[in-house]
Amino acid sequence: MSLFSLLGALEIGLIFSLVALGVLISFRLLRFPDLTVDGSFPLGGAVCAVLIAGGYSPFVATLAATLAGAVAGLITGWLNVRLKIMDLLASILMMIALYSVNLRIMGGPNVPLINDPTVFNMLQPAGLDDYWWRPLLLLLIVMAAKLAMDWFFSTERGLAIRATGSNARMARAQGIHTGAMVLLGMAISNGLVGLAGALFAQTQGGSDISMGIGTIVIGLAAVIVGESILPSRRLVWATLAVILGAIVYRFFIALALNSDFIGLKAQDLNLVTAVLVTIALVIPQLRRKLAARGR
Amino acid sequence: MLSAQDLHLTFNPGTPIETRALRGMSLDIAPGQFVTVIGSNGAGKSTFLNAISGDQMVDRGRIAIDGLDVTNQPVWARAQRVARVFQDPMAGTCEDLTIEENMALAQQRGLRRGLRRAVKPAARDMFRERLATLGLGLENRLSDRIGLLSGGQRQAVSLLMAALQPSRILLLDEHTAALDPRTADFVLQLTSRIVADNQLTTMMVTHSMRQALDVGQRTVMLHQGQVVLDVSGEQRARMDVPDLLHMFEKVRGEKLSDDALLLG
Repeated sequence: MSLFSLLGALEIGLIFSLVALGVLISFRLLRFPDLTVDGSFPLGGAVCAVLIAGGYSPFVATLAATLAGAVAGLITGWLNVRLKIMDLLASILMMIALYSVNLRIMGGPNVPLINDPTVFNMLQPAGLDDYWWRPLLLLLIVMAAKLAMDWFFSTERGLAIRATGSNARMARAQGIHTGAMVLLGMAISNGLVGLAGALFAQTQGGSDISMGIGTIVIGLAAVIVGESILPSRRLVWATLAVILGAIVYRFFIALALNSDFIGLKAQDLNLVTAVLVTIALVIPQLRRKLAARGR
Repeated sequence: MLSAQDLHLTFNPGTPIETRALRGMSLDIAPGQFVTVIGSNGAGKSTFLNAISGDQMVDRGRIAIDGLDVTNQPVWARAQRVARVFQDPMAGTCEDLTIEENMALAQQRGLRRGLRRAVKPAARDMFRERLATLGLGLENRLSDRIGLLSGGQRQAVSLLMAALQPSRILLLDEHTAALDPRTADFVLQLTSRIVADNQLTTMMVTHSMRQALDVGQRTVMLHQGQVVLDVSGEQRARMDVPDLLHMFEKVRGEKLSDDALLLG
């Protein structure tokens, strides 16, 4: 594998680690199986690309994309909390609704960003190649997101969200408005995903309606791979674990697709993902079995 | 003080499994009073407690705490005034969170939760101090997940948690029923101590007539969703389990089946 494709894998891995952080909030902290992600990721991309193409600052565009993602999460949460629609179903409804919304926003299946300004080329220091700069800036963004998450979920409000996911009845008995906490958690989760979509559009030369397909599987894969690399219930470690998971996952994908002797092609991506997730799910079981035998 | 007036609640109305759980239940509890509640299965004990906490909304009637009408308030809005320990030791704590995080949640019961650190250093010292009074060695395990604790330990911590923030009424729903006899005894003694130390207005549902007479200052018996017996003071002090049983039979004019009440 060349340095170039290695850095490319790192770049995409870092973007998807933002998705993984979002999935960690919904699936693990809130225990809300949320598939909105497949719609909020391209939503972020669409909003960002359209605004940049319309002449807005890439920073404004990225912020707007994050907020758009948050609103999508809010609506999924509202469907569940107020209209009492089952969590998984509420998120599927939102996901398919967003497909149409994204087409409307873009006015077509894609919006290219070829020579437009992006947060990457605007901040790029002179003398640093973009294939080094992009992963570096992404690393800073991801680290900032991780630290912000670690901080927020150790505050009173953040702890209330975690209590809601862990034991809603107990949370209510402690005076926590659990419905509001679900909405807040879902907004943060999908806001992170919207941000990831915006950054993805800016690194991949535009936004495309199909860029969201399988986002949730990749995010979940990152969470599961991360948890088997670094099993810990402490949030500081869990956030680090899913970031590592997203990067490691992307490296394996790049490795599988770049190794000619295996003979895999780009269209095998989803199959490889399924196999990797299966392996990551089986490893903890094997580990337990081995530990039991060693005793 | 707590005032419940003419509470009615029917489950599955208009269906073959219709259950009239509360049928005009009324009860007033004075500040600082410790009331034990007994009754056979289906008498409406748990439903009554759930109605007070807000877990169940009543069809008719009025619930007031300290003169404030809370009848239409959801659970989380009443939490400022109501503390609760559940029967299931797993129900009262968040197993994914640490001991100190659980206690921090309870310390904030009914208050606005902002962006301050949830577990503050000063609070940590106080948690450690309170946990030490249990004599279970939990004061050295503040950052352990509470899911690692036994049922009895979790129930003891739940009790501590209920007293971390002032409340107008403490609800205990057969909170020793799921524990082995020794642990149950320990938790019961702890209950009496915490209630006395904090002068809490308390309502404890129990299955055991023995417990109902030994603990607290007043005993109420429920039957078919109504209060059928209410004893306190001198009368209660002279009572024993057979007397209680006898009174119950007299009041209802019917013989109790053996399995309806545990005479523990």
